[in-house]
Amino acid sequence: MEANIAVPNDNNKETWGGGNVKPFGASYGKMMMWFFILSDALTFSGFLAAYGLTRYKFIDSWPIADEVFTHVPFVHGEFPMIYVAIMTFILIFSSVTMVLAVDAGHQMKKNKVAWYMFATIIGGVIFVGSQAWEWNTFINGTYGAVKTKEGKVLQFVKDGKQIALADFVTNTRTDDREQHTAKNGLWFESEKTISNYSVAQVIAAYEANPDIQVRTELMDMDLKKKTILSREEGALQLAKTKMVVEGANLRANEYGNTIFADFFFFITGFHGFHVISGIILNIIVFFNVILGTYEKRGHYEMVEKVGLYWHFVDLVWVFVFTFFYLV
Amino acid sequence: MAHAHESNTKRIWIVFGILSVITLVEVYLGIIKPDSLHLAGPGTSWLNWIFIILTLAKAYGIAWVFMHLEGEKKWFRRSIVWSAVFLIIYLVTLLLIEGDYLYETLSPLVNW
Repeated sequence: MEANIAVPNDNNKETWGGGNVKPFGASYGKMMMWFFILSDALTFSGFLAAYGLTRYKFIDSWPIADEVFTHVPFVHGEFPMIYVAIMTFILIFSSVTMVLAVDAGHQMKKNKVAWYMFATIIGGVIFVGSQAWEWNTFINGTYGAVKTKEGKVLQFVKDGKQIALADFVTNTRTDDREQHTAKNGLWFESEKTISNYSVAQVIAAYEANPDIQVRTELMDMDLKKKTILSREEGALQLAKTKMVVEGANLRANEYGNTIFADFFFFITGFHGFHVISGIILNIIVFFNVILGTYEKRGHYEMVEKVGLYWHFVDLVWVFVFTFFYLV
Repeated sequence: MAHAHESNTKRIWIVFGILSVITLVEVYLGIIKPDSLHLAGPGTSWLNWIFIILTLAKAYGIAWVFMHLEGEKKWFRRSIVWSAVFLIIYLVTLLLIEGDYLYETLSPLVNW
């Protein structure tokens, strides 16, 4: 009976710690951290499984990840995957400094714990910063595309390589469309950013440039490449154009299926939110280490518990990296 | 946890090395995408199977060494790992079958 219930005992202080009962030899806090991680892991699995379902549903038209994520900050050119790989390294490395902090905690070396915690926080901040940059690049887009009334995204290629709208749409815009701002319109009305080019302008530019072709989302499943249409077929598809898409938001994106961008924002966003929470927890623990809280307590178990959460964030990223960027 | 006060620093760095090498291999394969692996394979491509297996290897390294699951009591470890593995396999299997069914049913209706 007493083994299962937290009955008041001689040392009342311990009641909330499980009444000194330690199932599996793990402390209350550590065990609950593990079970929280288990439930959080199932949440992420739910997201990734939903991503898998959607991808199977649109298996013949899903965007190819290494054509979407090709940029590295401060460097021009296309480097598929490189930047996400760097981000993965940063996160794994911050996991290493975290585990070194736990290790130093076991030896009661206060200064070492503090320095390793500090390094972990820096790693986390760099990772979140990278993710923000990645989002910014994704939202702004690179090439631009058009979307048809049927909701299909058409991209433009020259000699088999994708080409940006800015590179061939050089004619002037004829529809006199201007961005609505407080200066040129009703001050109490606002308008979402309009595209740089009008539909008619893009179609005219396509007709004027015989070496530009249209690429559809449809994948050749034997070659795993997107279909490039002939000039005539391309013109037929372009005639159905509804809007010009530059970059990505939750309603449309230049990469392909709308839900691709939705999953990108949702999954990497939810992971980024976890990283931010982890950084905040790490900062709290860092200050407690410096103040000597755990030194007085006689053990550094709190570093270990927060460390578990931090490793979990890294663990999730390993899976997001695989299923979003590699597979 | 009799050995809790020993330092495992060396082992941590070795695991870090292994995780880094696995990541490098993944990225390398992801960039070159050899046709023989990319365009054939059971269910999905061989390349995807390699990625999944390497990812599980990384997850094992992180959970066992960094999160120190190896040092926990056997049934505590199992209460976590078995629950997660069973539920995730269950969910993913059902959802991927469902996704494939949706593709089979809906894609003939899409006009390219």
